[in-house]
Amino acid sequence: MPTKIEVRALKKSFTSDKGVLPVVEDVSLTVQDGEFVAIVGPSGCGKSTLMNMIAGFIQPDAGSVSIDGAARNRPDSRGILISQQGSVFPWLTVRENLMFGLNGHAIADKREIAEHYADIVGLKGFEDSYPHELSGGMLKRTELARALVVKPEILYMDEPFSALDALMSLRMRNELLRILAKERHTTLLITHDVEEAISLADRVVVLTPRPTRIQAIFEVPMPHPRRLVSPQAQELRLTILSELGLEREGL
Amino acid sequence: MLIAALIAAWWIAVIATRSVIFPTPLGVVTGTLELLKDGILWRHIGASLMRVGAGFGLAVCVAVPLGLWMGWVAGAYRALNPIFQILRPISPIAWIPIAILWFGVGDASPIYLIFISSVFPMVVQTTVGVHTIEKRYLRAAENFGVSRRTLFRQVVIPAVLPQIIVGMRIGLGVAWLVVVAAEMIALHSGLGYMIMDSRNAGNRYDLVIAGMIIIGLIGLSLDATMRVLEGTKWARWRYAH
Repeated sequence: MPTKIEVRALKKSFTSDKGVLPVVEDVSLTVQDGEFVAIVGPSGCGKSTLMNMIAGFIQPDAGSVSIDGAARNRPDSRGILISQQGSVFPWLTVRENLMFGLNGHAIADKREIAEHYADIVGLKGFEDSYPHELSGGMLKRTELARALVVKPEILYMDEPFSALDALMSLRMRNELLRILAKERHTTLLITHDVEEAISLADRVVVLTPRPTRIQAIFEVPMPHPRRLVSPQAQELRLTILSELGLEREGL
Repeated sequence: MLIAALIAAWWIAVIATRSVIFPTPLGVVTGTLELLKDGILWRHIGASLMRVGAGFGLAVCVAVPLGLWMGWVAGAYRALNPIFQILRPISPIAWIPIAILWFGVGDASPIYLIFISSVFPMVVQTTVGVHTIEKRYLRAAENFGVSRRTLFRQVVIPAVLPQIIVGMRIGLGVAWLVVVAAEMIALHSGLGYMIMDSRNAGNRYDLVIAGMIIIGLIGLSLDATMRVLEGTKWARWRYAH
């Protein structure tokens, strides 16, 4: 598989009145085309900052990000970011949201594409609803569909399901797997949920506390659909948790 | 109920004090009917509304693009905001001499005064509206790499619209206050003129009070109209949580 994302020696610190706060300290990472990489780390470790640099929203102090071998400095529609708070436009209907990113298509084509993806994520019949009329889960589906519509090569997901209740979060996980099996995007997922990382990712990257660097990387050599209760998955979970500083005996 | 009690108290007070100048509610009603009959009242209402419409309309046309520009372009904000902060607290009444100097005593003066008094709150509200657009929406728009036109039409303007409507509501309220004051100076039509004229032409306080009540009622219905605007789908998303 060719290399999709090449992250080289990224560094970032923020300056405030309290002084300079180093947040990301020398992170290098290579993601293959079509690969699903999950990044886990303690809260406040700089996961989101790292993701924002990779997606092009924040410029690093040092280091570089290249996509398909070309340097990336700013965000574009080849890689769509889905964040925890969500950014579905509340003043547009579901359909208008889905059509938002489609430039240079005829209006009839836009409608057709939007309808297709609304169908894929299970929003059929809600195309004319406004976001405030939808549940949290449906809002996430809208956000996901809006991203898929532009056929991005990369999905950047920053704790996408952590604002949902546990049941809906599980359901969205399965939906995501189902969709990715069809469309095969390269995916970068930030999460604090080790189980979520194991159930979705091909590789799990564990970050250190701030200023963050990569502490360990684990392969998840299990075919989908994965059974999280399998001994192999449980063993991996415990290993990752202990990397995150939790004592094995206490789990 | 309260209104009925107030009217009763007014009536009793007038009778008790044996006032010859201050009218009873009945006097006000007959005075109003008198004005309605010869069509004078409609002419004054029409004149006032026309001035408010022109001045306020002009202010909307200037304030919305200006506010969007000031909100979006930091340099424009830094350059213009101090000027607006100084001009804004100046009472419209203080502009009257200048208005007469520049525009004479015709319709242009009150229209200018209405414009100047309603344009500032609307500029301010629109600018604040742009500044308070949540970053996540702007980032999403940036992520999809949409054209500037789409950015404004589908993100910035709809996001700011509820604030623009709030500004319009404030602006129209101020405009209605100012038109009456402006018409008391050197004009020959409008509700403000009608009030001054009724007093000057033989202490017709029944007509003065009739004018005041009509001003209040029209102001109320103008505000109600703007509130209907707040309930439309363009603004409703903001209040729907």
